[in-house]
Amino acid sequence: MTGAPPATVRGALAALVPIAAVVAFGFVANNYLLQAGTTLAMSVVLCLAWNIVGGYMGYPSFATAALFGLGAYVGAITQNLDAPLALAWLAAAVGGAGFAGPLGSILLRLRGHYFAIGTIAVVEVMREIANNWDGLTGGAVGLNVPIVAGSPRAVGIFFYLAMWTLALIALVVTVVIANSRFGFGLRCIRQNENAASMVGIDVFRLKVGAFVVSGVITALAGAVYASMVAFIEPKDAFNILTSIEVPVMVMLGAAGTVLGPLVGACLYVLLKELVWVNFINFHSAILGIIIIAVIYAVPKGVLRQLHPARWPRLLLPRLRVRGS
Amino acid sequence: MPEPPRSACLLRVEGLTRRFGGVVALADVNLAIAPGEIVGLIGPNGAGKTTFVNLVTGFVGKTAGTVLFADEDITRLAPHEIARRGIARTFQIVQPFSEMTVLENVMAGALFAGRRASLKEAADAARHWLAFVGLDRLAQTAASDLPLADRKRLELAKSLAMGPRLLFLDEVNAGLNSGELRHALDLIHRIADSGVTIVIIEHLLRVVLSVVRRLVVLHHGATLSDGAPHEVLNDPAVIKAYLGTKFAQRHQAELESQRLKYRQQAESAADRAE
Repeated sequence: MTGAPPATVRGALAALVPIAAVVAFGFVANNYLLQAGTTLAMSVVLCLAWNIVGGYMGYPSFATAALFGLGAYVGAITQNLDAPLALAWLAAAVGGAGFAGPLGSILLRLRGHYFAIGTIAVVEVMREIANNWDGLTGGAVGLNVPIVAGSPRAVGIFFYLAMWTLALIALVVTVVIANSRFGFGLRCIRQNENAASMVGIDVFRLKVGAFVVSGVITALAGAVYASMVAFIEPKDAFNILTSIEVPVMVMLGAAGTVLGPLVGACLYVLLKELVWVNFINFHSAILGIIIIAVIYAVPKGVLRQLHPARWPRLLLPRLRVRGS
Repeated sequence: MPEPPRSACLLRVEGLTRRFGGVVALADVNLAIAPGEIVGLIGPNGAGKTTFVNLVTGFVGKTAGTVLFADEDITRLAPHEIARRGIARTFQIVQPFSEMTVLENVMAGALFAGRRASLKEAADAARHWLAFVGLDRLAQTAASDLPLADRKRLELAKSLAMGPRLLFLDEVNAGLNSGELRHALDLIHRIADSGVTIVIIEHLLRVVLSVVRRLVVLHHGATLSDGAPHEVLNDPAVIKAYLGTKFAQRHQAELESQRLKYRQQAESAADRAE
């Protein structure tokens, strides 16, 4: 046990470097970069959450916006009851679990396309409920959320750090899942549900469990977002585009890996900012084309495409010797 | 063959029935299997052999009947619960986790039904079973890259890693060449020696006869005959419905020659022991 520190210690030290860099960035960045950094952190959180269900378990979920919006509204409504911020976020997490559990129990009986369509329907239904339940949600007009006290700069840094803390938590959760019996079971389910149940995996319980973990993280992101922007409305909180962008980001990185969501979110947000800045009039169309191009060019994700084992083929696609 | 008393049964199936719409796939099948038995379940295509396994393992719902395993009623349990109680099966059409490595496939069996505490323990157990079936060199290969014979062995290793008390081998030997077949039969003998009760579902009578001590013949979803191999092969009903006279005689002869061989082997082993 003497000599070099064990792998876990070295891993923890290696993890501290990027964490320190992210924190330091928050204090030196200008307002635009701080804003972009916070947006990126939120994308990372949503991607990591989606990756548990969509990546490891292989269920194409579009429920991200439903749980994000739910978390935003639960957090906002709790804050409007004069609850402290931490309590509001906790309420959103509990609400996320309480919603994702029953919802998953119903939706996860469907597979493939049927499951995907079911999750899209949930987003639409949630938005309509938020639109029409004026007494609770403020309806289509939207809902004001108490603004966090402090200078705009300090508040900006606070939410930047809050979002990245959530991202770190989501990353740790992903690492734990990836190295656990639970995550192993999810991977089995992705490949063959029948065979999974035949080796003794409680398929249904694992699926609902994954959906709940993913839902709690997504709802938390929604609550932090609501506190940050201090005003939410149904078409923003339950935006179906959120549900579409998140899977695209994860697939861009590599679904079903620990770092894929992180890499994918970074690339996508960067791409989006560049397009936004340079093509203000056509940004949606150009972004759409880029998404299609990405899906065709790197269907399994950048991380898998750039795996060292693939480099020679990537660089020299026509020089492979046949039948050695 | 006299039925073993109730408490001595590992598996007891009563009135097992399955209808698919108007088609009766399995009709009122009764079967009792004692611990340590090696039973051959045979019958023509569509006789209900695989349906029987599907019903016992909970893979397909039962229309009627009860299944007792080690004196516990498992009729209404979910497949994973049945697997965790100690019933494993191989699939006729192999069902690997194709994106996973060979090792990970076997780990799945060890981790869940085999109740290993950690991934590392499961990996250790998986290596043991891979060595047992002779796949240890291919541990890191993707399951989808294996040829058929190796996939069948993988299916076997995965089932064994579950630590079953009862193992259904559904056509685990189909599509193998004679060398592979010999290896597979040797494995089955060794599994049986370790105390696992085995039910072999087979098409090739020749294969079954070399390992089993009891034959059950299914025909049109019902039990046609049940007993010692030589009795079953002499059963007029079996000859009429399934074997035909010529094959019955041929199998009888084969059985005789095999018995002779085993006796000689046993005698020479006894000689050596002296």
